[in-house]
Amino acid sequence: MLEVINLTSARGERTLFRNVSFKLDASGLLHVAGTNGSGKTSLLRILCGLGAADAGEVRWRGEPIHSVREAYWREGVYLGHANALKDDLSAIENLLMACTLAGRPASDGDAREALHAFGLAACSHLPVRALSQGQKRRSALARLALSTQARLWILDEPFSALDVAAVAHLEKLIVAYLDGGGSVIFTTHQDAAISARITQRIDLDKASVAAC
Amino acid sequence: MLNVMRAVIARDLTLAWRRRSDVFTSMIFFVIVASLFPLGIGPEPKLLLAIGPGIVWVAALLASMLALSRLFASDYADGTLEQMLLAATPLSVIVIAKVIAHWIAANLPLVLIAPLLGLQFGLPADALAVLALALALGTPSLSLIGAIGAALTLGLRGGGVLLALLVLPLYAPVLILGSLAVEATAAGLTAQPYLLLLAALSLGALSLAPWAVSAALRISYE
Repeated sequence: MLEVINLTSARGERTLFRNVSFKLDASGLLHVAGTNGSGKTSLLRILCGLGAADAGEVRWRGEPIHSVREAYWREGVYLGHANALKDDLSAIENLLMACTLAGRPASDGDAREALHAFGLAACSHLPVRALSQGQKRRSALARLALSTQARLWILDEPFSALDVAAVAHLEKLIVAYLDGGGSVIFTTHQDAAISARITQRIDLDKASVAAC
Repeated sequence: MLNVMRAVIARDLTLAWRRRSDVFTSMIFFVIVASLFPLGIGPEPKLLLAIGPGIVWVAALLASMLALSRLFASDYADGTLEQMLLAATPLSVIVIAKVIAHWIAANLPLVLIAPLLGLQFGLPADALAVLALALALGTPSLSLIGAIGAALTLGLRGGGVLLALLVLPLYAPVLILGSLAVEATAAGLTAQPYLLLLAALSLGALSLAPWAVSAALRISYE
């Protein structure tokens, strides 16, 4: 579904990665590995269409993503370093807004349930600025529970700042999503239990693509 | 598409309401700037009447510009703008919704309070009504043109000053037509041509600005 051809990206004089190519099919789980500053976030931003590559192309269902834009984003979810939460809105308001923007409007009940599952039942109506870092991350991730119709999740460090229970819940979500035919691209420095499901790994330090 | 617009407008108005001190600051700025002139110039009815329309308009322009930096900056900082760029709805539609909400929160209060300020300059009743009407027709183009500037200066150091330099010259036609409309009424002439031109400027800006803003936003992310 997602096809990446000879992607090259540079920051100023320094080349971050060169000629990265891979193909990701349904139920594929791609782990992007690399040290800090190796260009993982840049790669993910290019994959979702926020960043521009210096060379190469990203294709979704055979079409360059820049020519199918909204159709691609309707099927994709990007969760970056920033939680994309408004401090003055509550977790539930943030979640409903994110779902509307993604073209998959959710009901109040669904949103509450998704936050519930992440252990945020008690604070779903508090303004996000009153939440802790981990709680904020969890309210951002709750969006995934309502994005199962999407076909591609691009997750930048989804496990950062999470406690053990939240990590387990997120892994459960990802596994269920993969079983449903979705594809996931993610970066992490933690040794996640999800590793068993990884189908491909890109190491940006070695610029190698390996099938697992 | 319409429900996304509605949701974005509702979201931005909720945020503006929860941060209403920001709204009041630009409104109070407007009142203070427009009130300083009569104090400085002294009670000279003829002079005040002659400069009143221009001063109220300049003050409205500045107050409207002060609020511009809020349009995208906080969404840029917390990452929600990123999600808008990746939305299933065309970005220009979201931009229109954001500008509408911004106009309601930042410019509508100026339109409503302007007749009160006009009183300080001894403007006659019909000129006060035209002042409010001219502001109502002209400020949408200020918001739209300003949005282009706000998007272009997003994430830049010292973006605030650069924004003013970019946007204020483009505000000149609105300022000229707006104060002419009020002056014409005060002189007993019709203000209709000026009001029609103001409306035309706003419609023109509405048809072009959203695309320019979307392009500028995408550039600022790449």
